[in-house]
Amino acid sequence: MPDVTILAAVLASIVAAATPLLLAALGELVAERAGTLNLGVEGMMIVGAAVGYATAYGSGSLILGTLAAVIAGTLLSLVFAGLAIWLAANQVASGLATTILGLGLAGLVGANYVGTRLDAAPELHIPGLSDLPLVGPVVFGQDAFVYASLILLAFVAWGLSRTRAGLVLRAVGESHGAAHALGHPVRRIRTLAVMFGGACAGLAGAHLSLAYTPFWASDMTAGRGWIALALVVFSAWKPLWLLAGAYLFGAVSILQLHVQGFGLGIPAQLLSALPYLATIAALVVISALKRGQGAPASLGVPFVPDR
Amino acid sequence: MRKILSKILSASAALAAGLVIAGAATGGAGAAEKLKVGFIYIGPVGDFGWTYQHDQGRKAVEAALGDKVETTYVESVPEGPDAERVIEQLARAGNKLIFTTSFGYMEPTLKVAKRYPKVMFEHATGYKRAANVSTYNSKFHEGRYILGQIAAKTSKTGTIGYIASFPIPEVISGINSLMLGAQSVNPDIKVKIVWVNSWFDPAKEADAAKALIDQGADIISQHTDSPAAMQAAEARGVKAFGQASDMKNFGPNAQLTSIVDNWAPYYVERVKAALDGTWKSTDTWSGMKDGEVVMAPYTNMPDDVKKMAEETEAKIKSGALNPFKGPIYKQDGTLVVKEGEVLPDKDILSMNWYVKGITDKVPGQ
Repeated sequence: MPDVTILAAVLASIVAAATPLLLAALGELVAERAGTLNLGVEGMMIVGAAVGYATAYGSGSLILGTLAAVIAGTLLSLVFAGLAIWLAANQVASGLATTILGLGLAGLVGANYVGTRLDAAPELHIPGLSDLPLVGPVVFGQDAFVYASLILLAFVAWGLSRTRAGLVLRAVGESHGAAHALGHPVRRIRTLAVMFGGACAGLAGAHLSLAYTPFWASDMTAGRGWIALALVVFSAWKPLWLLAGAYLFGAVSILQLHVQGFGLGIPAQLLSALPYLATIAALVVISALKRGQGAPASLGVPFVPDR
Repeated sequence: MRKILSKILSASAALAAGLVIAGAATGGAGAAEKLKVGFIYIGPVGDFGWTYQHDQGRKAVEAALGDKVETTYVESVPEGPDAERVIEQLARAGNKLIFTTSFGYMEPTLKVAKRYPKVMFEHATGYKRAANVSTYNSKFHEGRYILGQIAAKTSKTGTIGYIASFPIPEVISGINSLMLGAQSVNPDIKVKIVWVNSWFDPAKEADAAKALIDQGADIISQHTDSPAAMQAAEARGVKAFGQASDMKNFGPNAQLTSIVDNWAPYYVERVKAALDGTWKSTDTWSGMKDGEVVMAPYTNMPDDVKKMAEETEAKIKSGALNPFKGPIYKQDGTLVVKEGEVLPDKDILSMNWYVKGITDKVPGQ
């Protein structure tokens, strides 16, 4: 029985580790499918973490905190959208500026909360189901963010491939000229996609500061926004591969810690690099198998409507 | 995609440089007679760890010498070329005494010091000095010996979990000191070491703590900077030691004690020396007796364990006990320190081997 308990604990840790990556990457995937490359993910995530923590700490409500994080991420994404979409500025520079702005803002918002803590967002407990061995804690014993990430994933996967709105969004990302000629409001659609990205990044930040490690510290996202960006590219902009990529990354990150704990003598530096190596290798193989699934054709190209 | 990536790289380099300069420019320009003191930090002041404590030291200087000094700091400066620019900027802005508070600032500090011979520099944790460059550090390993004793007395599973950052001498000597302390209480104690290859990544530190607990460790110690591991220990109902700051708030039932960095006495003393004109280049390695390494209150442990910890602390302060006193054996059984001798400081500062009883290998060896 103890082996099952350990296995359940390890699997539960993997799911938790993958969740912030999945959330942030999912939002970025939508933005990129609409043709905008937003490198501000790290900034939107950290702002979500800071504002979410500050709100939850002040109000005592995790729900309000989460909402505030989502709104904060969205607001910051509007800064990016204003620059990159409406002023047609360079998307790479605008995105990086968004990240730097976000890191600074978050430090400012969080300054008074250094050294404080919150009680973690509770794991949901479903009587009966959560008590099942192995499946219980892994599938039915996670916090609400985990379920939100999976529901959002299903929503995005279905929305992009099965709905008219998804088709239009993809058309804007593939050829903004053609979409514009057909009468679609390219910039408005892109703005909405970027806002969705901001909301998801804010939610990912809230997961970190409200559930995963429920306190505030500057730079606590520690580069997860950049990993999320890389996951989008390596998943070839496919939601389901993104799920696989995020969980693989989470799995290897957790398992390498366990391998170290067992003292097998494998160099720790190599093990730390393993999540990156494994994820790149797996996703490169996947995209090699399915040719012709490149980046959205208009990705990163500013759109200026001609009259 | 390649084009985009190269753009990202060049743009991020340019922006990072711009950010650093903008950050440095926020330093105030004030009254002329005041001594201007500059600080450069590796992390954000809000990390609640290494940088936070250096900034507390800066605040202590302001509190102690308020109207005679004016302090400036630049946070989150990466080690490397950016550091040299920032240090030079601080010197050019009229700072007469500059504290550079990370190991990797060593070469940049020396380079800038050469160009500004009238400016006094203080470099933390380094070993290269010059006429206008002092070095200073704290003997954190003294505190870890006490942690080892407490852990060995408190652990029921006989396994201590250790979250380590990078395999550099300071971290390795900390692991050894903890192990020697633990062995002095229980010769069969085990330590499991997990390297996270980061000084500060809360989520990863929490993951490491959970992994160690899952593998049977019931005491968690850390050489990383965030309170995430303490919080994870609290959630899982095991005990833990904090790092750099008192982390009791994050583990009210988990924290046994924390090793608290206290740079204030040194910073105040050195700034006073600069004010008096008695500042000289020195090499300072202070420890518990100087009040630079402070143990947070001993909590969540039985009275006899607490008594033992207090006695050991007193012995270390009085000099009666040195954690690296022989006999000490390496993992392969070779005797490094003979009975009655102590390991010289320079060997502690370059330590790259584990003591006997640790079953893991030093990474990269």
